[in-house]
Amino acid sequence: MLANYGYSDGSGNYFITIDTDKCNACGACVEACPAQIFQVVDEDPNDPMNEEPLTIVVPEKKKKLKYECGLCKPSGDDRPALPCVAACEPCAISHSW
Amino acid sequence: MAEEKKPEFWRWAETNWVNPDIRWEDAQFITLGIDVGSVSSQAVIMADGKMYAYGNMRTGSDSPNSARNALKFALEKTTLTEDKIHYSIGTGYGRVNVPMADRTVTEIACHARGANFFYGPKVRTVLDVGGQDIKAIRCDKKGKVTNFLMNDKCAAGTGRGMEVFSDLLSVPIGEVGERSYQVDKEPLAVSSTCVVYAKSEATGLLRKGLSTNEVLAAYCSAMADRIYSLLERIGIEPEFSITGGMAKNRGVIGRLTKKMGLEPLTTTWDTQLAGAAGAALFGFALCQKGKGKGK
Repeated sequence: MLANYGYSDGSGNYFITIDTDKCNACGACVEACPAQIFQVVDEDPNDPMNEEPLTIVVPEKKKKLKYECGLCKPSGDDRPALPCVAACEPCAISHSW
Repeated sequence: MAEEKKPEFWRWAETNWVNPDIRWEDAQFITLGIDVGSVSSQAVIMADGKMYAYGNMRTGSDSPNSARNALKFALEKTTLTEDKIHYSIGTGYGRVNVPMADRTVTEIACHARGANFFYGPKVRTVLDVGGQDIKAIRCDKKGKVTNFLMNDKCAAGTGRGMEVFSDLLSVPIGEVGERSYQVDKEPLAVSSTCVVYAKSEATGLLRKGLSTNEVLAAYCSAMADRIYSLLERIGIEPEFSITGGMAKNRGVIGRLTKKMGLEPLTTTWDTQLAGAAGAALFGFALCQKGKGKGK
């Protein structure tokens, strides 16, 4: 499942996408993120029939991503990759902005 | 003292229903789904995965009571009592405040499951336009979510915005869709979808001499744009369906359909019930897996 956490408002689109099929719940992103945006949970809140652990975006931070992610942004070709993206071995994390 | 008379144009009808063909006494599992949204609350009761009864009403300022009232409203026409329910699932914005829930499930999962039930397994894209958020969901033939996006930060393009407009223009909410098409020429869309900005822009348009119907058309069109941009982000795959109260507004849905070039599926069920129906179905599935309470 592609889980898009975030929002779109008058200033732009701010979404972090986690591919739950790729995520192995290793927790590397939780360690890597300076803003503690990620969290590993025991079961998928969006799929009650699945009982595998996985990573989600902390619900309280979902509506503040533009600011929470500000520490690592902007990112681009001439800048190092975002810590969460770099830490994720299965490449499950992507950002929309 | 003179009595103040104040019609409330935004107020939509609260409904409850019971299926006369089902005897709940015969059912193995009776499950309840309660969807406490930001604007409306629904309680759906299913007997072995079939719709038995529902209640749909406005959410008050207090989620636990809204959940209780919705359940009471659903049970009103039945002989069923609360203690006969095997499993209850709470969903929606106020799901953590549903006192009778055995567990909670997010509205994303419930809406996909509910749309799968209402529209059949061919549904791949579900758009839920709720009271205060918009959810765009892609799912597989079992109603399992494969891609989702929920915008709950900004109420642009949601039911709440439509309520504000119906109140501003004194048009009953049920007539907005029809009236927005009673224009000679389609006006330009309101440039801002933000409810607050759009409202002041609409006031300006009225002052410029646009008719009420034209302002409605301009706003419906802006909402369709807004919804479309969110749908584009997850990608639209046919068949397409719409749940939530906005599915009843032809003014927005007609314009959205035209933009997408894809007709949404239709259902005879009340589209506002999808979340609660999905929750009740999850309850039934969990009971079948042996997780229900032994009552």
